[in-house]
Amino acid sequence: MSGAHGSTVSRIFIPGDSRIHRLPSETKLVAVVAAVVVMAVTPRQEVVAFVLYAVGAWSVIAMTGIGLATYVKRLAVIIPFVLFAVIVPFLGGGESVQVVGVSLSVDGLWATWNILVKAGLGATLSIALSATTRVPELLHGLTRLRVPRLLVAIIAFMLRYIDVLVEQLGRMRRSMVARGHDPRWLWQVKPIASSAGALFVRSYERGERVHQAMLARGYSGVMPVVTDRQASLREWLSVMLYPLVFVVVLVVAVM
Amino acid sequence: MSAASLSVTDLRFRYPGEHHDALHGLSIEIEAGERVAILGPNGSGKTTFVMHLNGLLSTQSGEVCIGDTPVVEEHLREVRRRVGAVFQDADDQLFMSTVREDVAFGPANLGIAGDELGELVERTLERVGAGGYADRNPHHLSGGEKRRVAIATVLSMDPDVLVLDEPTSGLDPAGRRELIDLLSSLPQTQLIVTHDLPLALQLCDRSVIVSGGQVVADAPTAVLLSDAALLAEHRLELPMGFDPSKF
Amino acid sequence: MHAPDGFLQPSVALVTAILSIGVLALGLRHAGRELGDRQVPLAGVAAAFIFAAQMVNFPVAAGTTGHLLGGALAAVLLGPWVGMLVVSVVVIVQALLFADGGLTALGYNTLNMAIVTAFGGWAAFLLMRKVMPRTSGGVVGAGAVAAGISVVLSAAAFSIEWLFGASAPVAFDTVFGAMVGVHVLIGIGEAVLTGLVLSAVMASRPDLVIGAQHLTHDELAAKSRVGMRPFLIGSVFAAVVVGVVISQFAASSPDGLERVAIDNGFAESASDHIFGSSVFSDYATAGVSNESLSLAVAGIAGIAVTLLVGGGVLSASRSVRRRQMA
Repeated sequence: MSGAHGSTVSRIFIPGDSRIHRLPSETKLVAVVAAVVVMAVTPRQEVVAFVLYAVGAWSVIAMTGIGLATYVKRLAVIIPFVLFAVIVPFLGGGESVQVVGVSLSVDGLWATWNILVKAGLGATLSIALSATTRVPELLHGLTRLRVPRLLVAIIAFMLRYIDVLVEQLGRMRRSMVARGHDPRWLWQVKPIASSAGALFVRSYERGERVHQAMLARGYSGVMPVVTDRQASLREWLSVMLYPLVFVVVLVVAVM
Repeated sequence: MSAASLSVTDLRFRYPGEHHDALHGLSIEIEAGERVAILGPNGSGKTTFVMHLNGLLSTQSGEVCIGDTPVVEEHLREVRRRVGAVFQDADDQLFMSTVREDVAFGPANLGIAGDELGELVERTLERVGAGGYADRNPHHLSGGEKRRVAIATVLSMDPDVLVLDEPTSGLDPAGRRELIDLLSSLPQTQLIVTHDLPLALQLCDRSVIVSGGQVVADAPTAVLLSDAALLAEHRLELPMGFDPSKF
Repeated sequence: MHAPDGFLQPSVALVTAILSIGVLALGLRHAGRELGDRQVPLAGVAAAFIFAAQMVNFPVAAGTTGHLLGGALAAVLLGPWVGMLVVSVVVIVQALLFADGGLTALGYNTLNMAIVTAFGGWAAFLLMRKVMPRTSGGVVGAGAVAAGISVVLSAAAFSIEWLFGASAPVAFDTVFGAMVGVHVLIGIGEAVLTGLVLSAVMASRPDLVIGAQHLTHDELAAKSRVGMRPFLIGSVFAAVVVGVVISQFAASSPDGLERVAIDNGFAESASDHIFGSSVFSDYATAGVSNESLSLAVAGIAGIAVTLLVGGGVLSASRSVRRRQMA
């Protein structure tokens, strides 16, 4: 189970004017998904292929100009699985090698490599996508990719209100701390959980008020689409070059 | 932009499961282009009343008309275009990911699209002094900016009547003044629900006090605010040292 | 448990993705019928709530912290379809924007964290509700226990997927024992938190809690609160019992059940060709201490998950129909 999410929605996008920033969001989405899929199906022993993928993924990160520190901080979400991956060679059976007197499973080491490289590269490409795409653009991209409008609208409302709710929660927490609440054990969490309950009630009531505000402006159950420009063929081609390179690498590697 | 008159006759409403009427025979006539403050203590029925004006609550008894159009199911679409409701918490009103989408939401529901919609959004934002805000995230606006953009989200539907719920709550003095300037420059018929009595005096020649689900006083604002006994009876108070006669 | 890319084999990723997309599509339709044109704002804000609630760290014991997962909570508050939809949206957003969980892992992450917890939690809630008093406290208690169970079900579901799509040479029974064992502990935290959140909501707006809609006005007013302490003691006790049972299963030395299997000659006959078949990942079956036993554990866990999740889906669909007819 992952830990807390360090940043809220408004801090995900990192302003910039790189080539990656300027690409239409739907092309980035498709390219990232395609590249991650290619990478995920690549047999783990194709080390050269993964090295090439890594060069590709890191050059994308470099092009975004988001900075190494931000990239590394965001990569931290995969740490729980890194820990799992690291213990595998100690658990695994089969053929083993001696490393400084410790017996490690060869197969296990391969598995560690597999998890680390795929998790790391997958997260890297996701980070490149989310750091360079404003939320509204990402949502438009999903709409243009024919993701059901209803689902995109729910995601949009969620993203709109996360920061509002997190701020409400922060105010409740501060008022508790101000009155000396400092829980250390599970049986002291009642005030925190109660404030979460209060937050649900407020959220639900907010949902109802938002619904009324929508009705008041003529909402009839169908979200209107505010259209903007479609990606051009050239933009598609220039972006899809990346996953295409990945595919070529995979094909060459496997042959 | 135009204005419409508004007429409410003997409106009664009771919430399901309650034992008292929230609205108990409320009647009011408002001329086209008039600005009227709706005053009254909490729980007096003000919010229930304004929710009838655009059909968010449907009438149980009595009648509401916008111009010549009765607020009933078959006219809801038209009524909701003509009556722009600005809610108290701008975060409820600004629910989309960008200011542009929020201002476009209403007109897009009316079928306006493409360049026409884009121009309408820009024009409306200019009108409320928020030109250039289109691509901003509503969450990142200041209180005053949020309120002006919230007004833009209904102005873009070209309404005849504006209903504003506590438009100045939570605003700093400068934001409050800017909002007052904006509202006084708009030609629409306006109903302003508020506890801010100086605001009522500044903006509205006429005020009504709603209490117990009825209109209990209806007079020029200056006259109404000078009646200390009446104000006290309905839990209304002027700010310390504020003298309406000297205004 | 936001698994990253490549954690399970592509075949499992694909199958679970198809399954999750199907359930999600059904969920959108059912939620639409339940909420009408309120669906977008209510589901959206509820998803923001689950996301925010997951950010709240709470102390487990000096120094260590945990956080709410919320699948069962969402189901009890919003009903299983809307709850599933809302938690799925959270999982999708976490992958898309926070790189938390791989994009190719979305199929099994959604299945385990949203679909299994919401429907499994809902079914467990319905069962628990039958044995609890028909009061506010009964709903809170049933919700809490269901939340604990939902987390364990989620871990069991992951273990079963591991059996088919392991990416590392760790045997199924090791993964099962570790996952379920750890998640029994996490489940206690989930149960306590869910109970507290539910009781706070029940105290102010019981009308919002779908899982309490069967209660009459008087039953809601009746004061029979399930206290925090007896509840904690009860859940620790339950955890110990479950832990003992699981360790019995997962232990490497032959024990009770294994004895039975061996005595019946089931062990030898079942072992090779079943575990040797290509459906299962070689990894997940290679190092198992006793193949037939592991298969039995997997089978029982699979049946339990399927029954509860399927039961949840069924009763959820039925209650929607009833509400529509009413």
